[in-house]
Amino acid sequence: MKAYLLLADGTLFEGKSLGAQGTTIGEVVFSTGMVGFEETLTDPSYYGQIITQTYPLIGNYGMNSEDKESKKIWAKGYIVRESCQYPSNFRCEETLDAFLKKENIVGIEGVDTRRLTRILRSHGVMNGAVTTEYSEENREALLEQIRAYSIVDAVKAVTCTESSVSGEGNKYKVALLDFGCKNNIVRCLVKRDCEVTVLPGFATAEQISALGVDGVMLSNGPGDPAENTEIIENLKSIMALGLPVFGICLGHQLSALAAGAKTGKLKFGHRGANQPVTDLLHDRTLITSQNHGYAVLGETLPAEMGAVSHVNANDKTCEGVRYTAWNCFTVQFHPEASGGPKDAEYLFDEFISRMAAKKGEC
Amino acid sequence: MPKDTSIKKVLVIGSGPIIIGQAAEFDYSGTQACRALKSEGIEVVLINSNPATIMTDPEIADRVYVEPLNVEVVKRVIEIEKPDSILPNLGGQTGLNLAMELARSGYLEESGVRLLGAKPDTIDRAEDRQLFKDTMEKLGQPCIPSKVVETLEDALAFAAEIDYPVIVRPAFTMGGTGGGICANEEELREIGTNGLRLSPIHQVLIEKCIAGWKEIEYEVMRDGKGNVITVCNMENFDPVGVHTGDSIVVAPSQTLSDHEYQMLRTAALDIITELGIEGGCNCQFALKPDSFEYAVIEVNPRVSRSSALASKATGYPIAKVAAKIAIGYSLDEIINEVTGETCACFEPALDYVVVKYPKWPFDKFVYAKKDLGTQMMATGEVMAIGTSFEAAMMKAVSSIELGLETLTLPTLAEDSDETIIEKLHNCDSERAFVVYEALKRGISWEVIHDITKIDRWFLAKMQHLADMENAMAKGELTEESYRAAKQYGFMDKTITRLTGKEIPVELHASYKMVDTCAAEFAAKTPYFYSSFDEENEAEEFIRQHPTDRKKVMVFGSGPIRIGQGIEFDYCSVHCVWTLKENGCETILVNNNPETVSTDFDTGDRLYFDPLNPESVAHIIHTEKPWACVVQFGGQTAIKLTKALEKMGVKILGTSADAIDEAEDRERFDALLERCGIPRPAGETIFTCEEALAAAARLGYPVLLRPSYVLGGQNMIIAYNEADVVEYMGIITSHELENPVLVDKYLTGVECEVDAICDGEEFLIPGIMEHIERAGIHSGDSISVYPPQTLAQKIKGVLVDYTGRLAKALKVVGLVNIQYVVHDGKVYVIEVNPRSSRTVPYISKVTGVPVVELAVRCLLGEKLSQMGYGTGLYPTGDICAVKVPVFSFEKLHNVDTQLGPEMKSTGEVLGIGRNFEDAMLKGLIAAGYQMRRPEPEQDKCVLLTVKDADKEELTEIAYQFKQLGYKLYATSGTANWLAKNMIACNEVRKISEEAPNILNLLESGRVDYVLSTSSKGRLPSLDSVKLRRKAVELSIPCLTAIDTANVLLKCLQSGRTIQDVDLIDISTL
Repeated sequence: MKAYLLLADGTLFEGKSLGAQGTTIGEVVFSTGMVGFEETLTDPSYYGQIITQTYPLIGNYGMNSEDKESKKIWAKGYIVRESCQYPSNFRCEETLDAFLKKENIVGIEGVDTRRLTRILRSHGVMNGAVTTEYSEENREALLEQIRAYSIVDAVKAVTCTESSVSGEGNKYKVALLDFGCKNNIVRCLVKRDCEVTVLPGFATAEQISALGVDGVMLSNGPGDPAENTEIIENLKSIMALGLPVFGICLGHQLSALAAGAKTGKLKFGHRGANQPVTDLLHDRTLITSQNHGYAVLGETLPAEMGAVSHVNANDKTCEGVRYTAWNCFTVQFHPEASGGPKDAEYLFDEFISRMAAKKGEC
Repeated sequence: MPKDTSIKKVLVIGSGPIIIGQAAEFDYSGTQACRALKSEGIEVVLINSNPATIMTDPEIADRVYVEPLNVEVVKRVIEIEKPDSILPNLGGQTGLNLAMELARSGYLEESGVRLLGAKPDTIDRAEDRQLFKDTMEKLGQPCIPSKVVETLEDALAFAAEIDYPVIVRPAFTMGGTGGGICANEEELREIGTNGLRLSPIHQVLIEKCIAGWKEIEYEVMRDGKGNVITVCNMENFDPVGVHTGDSIVVAPSQTLSDHEYQMLRTAALDIITELGIEGGCNCQFALKPDSFEYAVIEVNPRVSRSSALASKATGYPIAKVAAKIAIGYSLDEIINEVTGETCACFEPALDYVVVKYPKWPFDKFVYAKKDLGTQMMATGEVMAIGTSFEAAMMKAVSSIELGLETLTLPTLAEDSDETIIEKLHNCDSERAFVVYEALKRGISWEVIHDITKIDRWFLAKMQHLADMENAMAKGELTEESYRAAKQYGFMDKTITRLTGKEIPVELHASYKMVDTCAAEFAAKTPYFYSSFDEENEAEEFIRQHPTDRKKVMVFGSGPIRIGQGIEFDYCSVHCVWTLKENGCETILVNNNPETVSTDFDTGDRLYFDPLNPESVAHIIHTEKPWACVVQFGGQTAIKLTKALEKMGVKILGTSADAIDEAEDRERFDALLERCGIPRPAGETIFTCEEALAAAARLGYPVLLRPSYVLGGQNMIIAYNEADVVEYMGIITSHELENPVLVDKYLTGVECEVDAICDGEEFLIPGIMEHIERAGIHSGDSISVYPPQTLAQKIKGVLVDYTGRLAKALKVVGLVNIQYVVHDGKVYVIEVNPRSSRTVPYISKVTGVPVVELAVRCLLGEKLSQMGYGTGLYPTGDICAVKVPVFSFEKLHNVDTQLGPEMKSTGEVLGIGRNFEDAMLKGLIAAGYQMRRPEPEQDKCVLLTVKDADKEELTEIAYQFKQLGYKLYATSGTANWLAKNMIACNEVRKISEEAPNILNLLESGRVDYVLSTSSKGRLPSLDSVKLRRKAVELSIPCLTAIDTANVLLKCLQSGRTIQDVDLIDISTL
């Protein structure tokens, strides 16, 4: 069955239907990761977006039940050049197509994803629709809907409604604010002897304080960070608790906003597993996994709050902040990886050290 | 960390002659490194014995020593040049071993020379088997159960402990020389003994065989700060067990999930960090297909063949970056030249699939054992880029020049299904084709996978191609299926042949860019591959870069193979450079990832695509060049001539018609007659009967060869009817497009000239005389410049004939002509209106920039205005000797006797003030150890020659005896020598009871073997077995009387390399 991708600027791609049929509208973004499509698909940070994979062969090793980063697909649609019909890997349980169908996600294959990426690169991210119901007659109406689309209340949509605990009984008690948390953040903490209480993203300082935790973890998540005014206010009080705080991605952006900095939208974002980030404190450059469309404007961070600790080696955007006013450090990239390189996983160790210090262990 | 300014003069060691396992990739990496150093204002001193390399050009290095690569010579170069540093990790295993030897002996420290990029300790920990195991253990990296042994007894004991099959891996040998899989004790005895002998430190690793695991490679880099990156990972189509150089390799990995990918990536980065390498490193892993269990197989602490492949597959210039790291820069300080904006500290993202396919020499060596194992046998490789695995695979298969358009191997068509299944068990060079045949016949993936262990993912993709081919063979063709067929790599020619139908719609290829970043950033590199998508990035690039320069397209020479080696890449690259200097815009087309020509900044644009007419036509459609050049890319490029002419493309230089005139037998005869030049009598035939009749008319011996050949492919001297029958049997098993030539074989001195012609005048930079008389392929002969035995009159005739032929053919550019001087009369053997393998060497020793002048002729300049004169260029005051180098020890069952069919894989050059010096250097550079008998040692020479050589043997035998050798000979030869009053011991033949000739060879007493026989080739022959045995024991085996004579002269002189001046050729 034919499927189409229509972009807000009117560009039309024809392809084959992948996954569910129907029409979906979202913000079209691209990811350059060559592996890790299952992690990407289930990453809540893609809420409201239609993901394009630049690597042409997707689904080669199939889907398994271990590599999901959340319980479902949060993205609105999926665009690939070729989806693998006969995946091969010992953990493979089903094909990409079957999974998308099950999750009711509309996708398209047979698209020249490089051409699409080049369009997004020069125009910036753009809204679009993937549809199996395209016709010349409904084109204008669809374009109108596409242009009207925007991602709102993203965190509200993806955060958990009830708290849950992982690694019960472990040494360090961590409160993890779920703004759209990837499972691997939890795994990385549990692996390091943490008992992790995942809380809804709107949890308050009082609620956290009541848990008697040793540290607070701020997760990744989707959407425009600046729209989360309630959370930003909460964070000011949470920081005041004096607990060690480690923020990733949206957690990093929200902390910066709470500190008085500004955020801005990148032209086409950083999405992939090959982004070089220079650690200014250690003069080392790490290869990191990234997925973000917004960034903290480093120069707007009040000097009395802290300083930029990491920058993107390519475009020099802010990739991390060390706060002096708070016991907090945050990074824009994903040290928990999945998918992508694990080179920055040691940051979790630093978080543990900070908690240990707080507990008076060293 | 900025550049270390204390580094001012660096010695770079090259990799020497092209041999299997060490090919053009080191010219590519070495050239890149030298240019990177020079661009930083560092003076570069280069040493390499291989004259066919670009790195030995005066433009690339400041001081160039084409000298034997051994410790004494390198020390002398260091003493003359006094470099402050040495860069050891870009010249392959040869360069690395030499540098380490110098470092370990303390010489470098004493001389105040720093070792850049690698430390002896690092290298030992990567290459010494035990230290490597200890290092991996320390890191917690799993290795395969193995043990380092130094005796066969220990090997057998350990194998009994871990159980067969086991793998033998000799230490410090490249390309896995001397290794192999042993299924039982008997095999271990043979392979183990051999491996111990070939390892320079007499050490082998006995390892548990983990056949069936996936083989995955990572190319990683590290700088002095400790930043680490992965440039590329690759997955082998063939599971563990086949040397990666002999595997079909795909990049990036396809069947690894993020979990496995990152697990191995982290392991590779941990390894390079622990080893403390500053530069590039290759890590090979075995991954169990049904768990996360893995093992580190091997670590190469240097730039390697795989890193050349990774560079071309990603666009990331590993060697250049490694050189910059070596002089102090860190990865984040180096700019990614592809984007011009981002930094080199990142990991390339691919948005295409790369397939590497090996080029094996089995089309030439029909009797060679084709089984693949741990010892590499491929002479070269091709790379193909596609938007799908299928498309890349189809391009790769077309590029290896086996005459295939799909994976269908016609010779398998008649096999029964049972035979095909049986053949799946053979892990040999044809296995991919057998798998494809099985898939076409509907043999299940399970059956194929169980036998081959090839991952089902690859089988599914090949099934897709097989299904498409099957459907087309049934005559099915719609516009939709046609478009799909194009997407997945089928050529129009193939589609019409299979379906019997006209193509429904005209489609042109569109080109995508290789940009290291999957289009995330705008790239500046004009490096393209074809697809059948709509968007044409090349066209866009051309539009955005308007120029009024004339656009010239240059075709490269494809994979390195015997007969068409690195020389043609040298010529193609120089052609491009000259065109650029003369105001042309250049477009390069080639498919060989090992070469300088496929470096993205050699031409103005690079198309990495097959060199077949259809592929080229598509590029021409996009580029619309003013003209094309075919004469520098060997036979691969020349073969495109007719097709290009049909397309109406202007071909610069010698016309297509003239090329045909030189190659078409009848027209060539007419031409010679017109010019009044004699050639050996000959006829053109198609069948065995015709061949026998022609041979009878001409009189034996006769030379048989197909027309349109390079490297003497399938060429023999037939001494009798049986030879003719055997030959015609082999040659008619392939499709005969062109006739077979039968020529009277004339013996005599063979000489060769390359001439530059402008259509009227000609310039011969120098005449080259071969040491071996006619009958041995020119590529396998020792060649001397200037000629030593030719009378002035003969030289005059050679110049005169060359001029006549050049004028008659209206050659514009280069022509190579081979002559034989028989009974004082000059005959023409061959005229090749194109560049030849001798061009780089003659350019370097005469100082005449042959390719440059030829290209200027192509552009219409006249020789008379170029300042080098016309006619024969004055002879210089040096002598140069080119000596061929073979890779016989890597190819089983190949007869080492030299003949009309070329067998050498590479060459070295000896340059001296006189003939003797040059010859000595040449022989030493080629690996002759120049052993002389020591009083106490009881050493001997073994002689066994054919009747025709006996007359001349007498003197040779006498001279060996005079040197102090004992003589041994087989009965016929011994009788002859006895008759001629030369005392000699008779030795029993192989077929006779022990102790026989094999025992003598194994005794370690034999320093030289001289073996010539009228028949050869067949591995079952005693003479072939004897020569093979000599190869396996590394005993120099001479197969021509003339070679024996020059070797003897050198031995008699008593001189060693220490007595001979070293020469910086940049001062010539």
